[in-house]
Amino acid sequence: MLRGVTEVLLSATGLGMIRGERVLFTGVSLSVAPGESLVLRGSNGAGKTTLLRILAGLTRPEAGEVVRTGLHHWFAHREGLKPHETPRTHLGLWAKAWGSDSDLDSVLAQMGLKRPADVPARYLSAGQRRRTALGRLLLEKRPIWMLDEPYTALDAEGRELVLELIEDHLKSGGGVVAAIHGESGFVPTNEVVL
Amino acid sequence: MRPAPILSAFQQALGEAWAGGAGALLPLGFFAGAAVLVPLGIGTDPQTLRAVGPGILWVALALSSLVTLERIFQADTEDGALDLWLQTGAPASAIAGAKTFAHWLAAGLPLALLSPLLALMFQAEASADLLRNAALYGLGGLAFYFWGGVGAALSATVRRGGLLISLIALPLYVPTAIFGALSMTNGPGSESAPLFLAASTLFALAVAPFAMAAALRLAAD
Repeated sequence: MLRGVTEVLLSATGLGMIRGERVLFTGVSLSVAPGESLVLRGSNGAGKTTLLRILAGLTRPEAGEVVRTGLHHWFAHREGLKPHETPRTHLGLWAKAWGSDSDLDSVLAQMGLKRPADVPARYLSAGQRRRTALGRLLLEKRPIWMLDEPYTALDAEGRELVLELIEDHLKSGGGVVAAIHGESGFVPTNEVVL
Repeated sequence: MRPAPILSAFQQALGEAWAGGAGALLPLGFFAGAAVLVPLGIGTDPQTLRAVGPGILWVALALSSLVTLERIFQADTEDGALDLWLQTGAPASAIAGAKTFAHWLAAGLPLALLSPLLALMFQAEASADLLRNAALYGLGGLAFYFWGGVGAALSATVRRGGLLISLIALPLYVPTAIFGALSMTNGPGSESAPLFLAASTLFALAVAPFAMAAALRLAAD
C-alpha cells in the first residue's frame, strides 16, 4: 500500500504567481485524490511548469498554499543526469538515496534500457536519457507523480510505456499531475487551463 | 529525518570530484605552483623564506580552495539534479553540507597533506611541527571550503560564477587566515590561536550549511 495516503493526495488553494512584471495566473485551486489525474494545459509561457514547480514545493507562490500528504516523484525537462552517469549508476544512486531496494535490472528492462545500461549519459540519445529519468518513478512507490511534458523526445513505444506506467500508478491508488501540451493519451480526471 | 539521501549526496559528490578527469588534482597543482613561484618573486634568502612560508601557504590554500568550488552546485543546477536533491525529504542544509564536506575530502585534504613538502621548500626545519601545521591547514581548509560553498551556492545560477564565488567567499576567509597564520608564529597569542582556528572552523560548519540551503532554494525558485 502507498505510504501516507489519505482522502486527498495534493491540494492547492488560491495559487497566484508573478514572473517579472507579468501575472502568470491567479486564483488557481486544485486537488488530486487517490486514483485521480490532473492535466495542466496552456500555451507556451502560460506557466504550466511554474505551477508544477509550485505544487512540488520548489518554487514559492506569490499567493495561496499547497498541501501535500506524501512524497512525490519529479520528472521534468532537465533529467538530472550527469554526463558521466550511466542509466545503471543513475538509478542506483537514487535507489540508494531513497533507501529503496528495487531490483535495478528489472527497472532497466522495463524501461527498455537493457542494452545502453552501462553507457555514459553523454553518449545516450535524448529518448534514452528520458527513459533513464523515468526509471526513477519505479524505484520507490510514492503517492504523487509530477510530470512535466512526459512525452518529450520519446518514440511511439516510449509514449506507450509512459501511458502504461501512469495507468498502473492510478490503478494502485496514486495520483498524477502532468503538464502536457499536446495529446495526453488518457482521459484526465481534471484539467486546469492556464 | 532520512539519513540515506545525505549519505548518497556525500558519495555522489565524492565520485563527482574525480569524474571526468582528475579534477581534484587541479587545486593541488595550483597550490604547489603558487608556492613555487613565491621564492622566485621574493628571493631565496633562507631567513626571509622561513619567516613568510607559513603565511604564504595559508594564502595559497585559500586561493586553491576556490579553484574547483565553482563546480559543486553549478552542475546540479544546470542539469536539474538540484531539484531532485531538494525533494528527497532530507534537509537541504544536510545535503549541501555533505556535498561540501566530500569536496573538501577530495580536494582540500590533499592540499593539507602536501603542505609539509611545500614548507620544506620554504626552508622550514624538518620536525614534528610540519605535521602539526598540516593538521592546522586541514582544519582551516575545512572552513575555507564551507565558506566557499556558500559562495558557490549563491552563484550557482550565474554562468562563469567563479569570480563571484571569490568575491563572496574571500571576506569570510579572514578569521581563518588570521588565526591560522598566527598559530604558526611565536608571537603573542600564538598559543591559543589553534583553538580560535578550531572555533572559527566549527562556526563555519555550523552556519554555512544553512546559508547554502537558503541559497540553493533561491537558485531552484
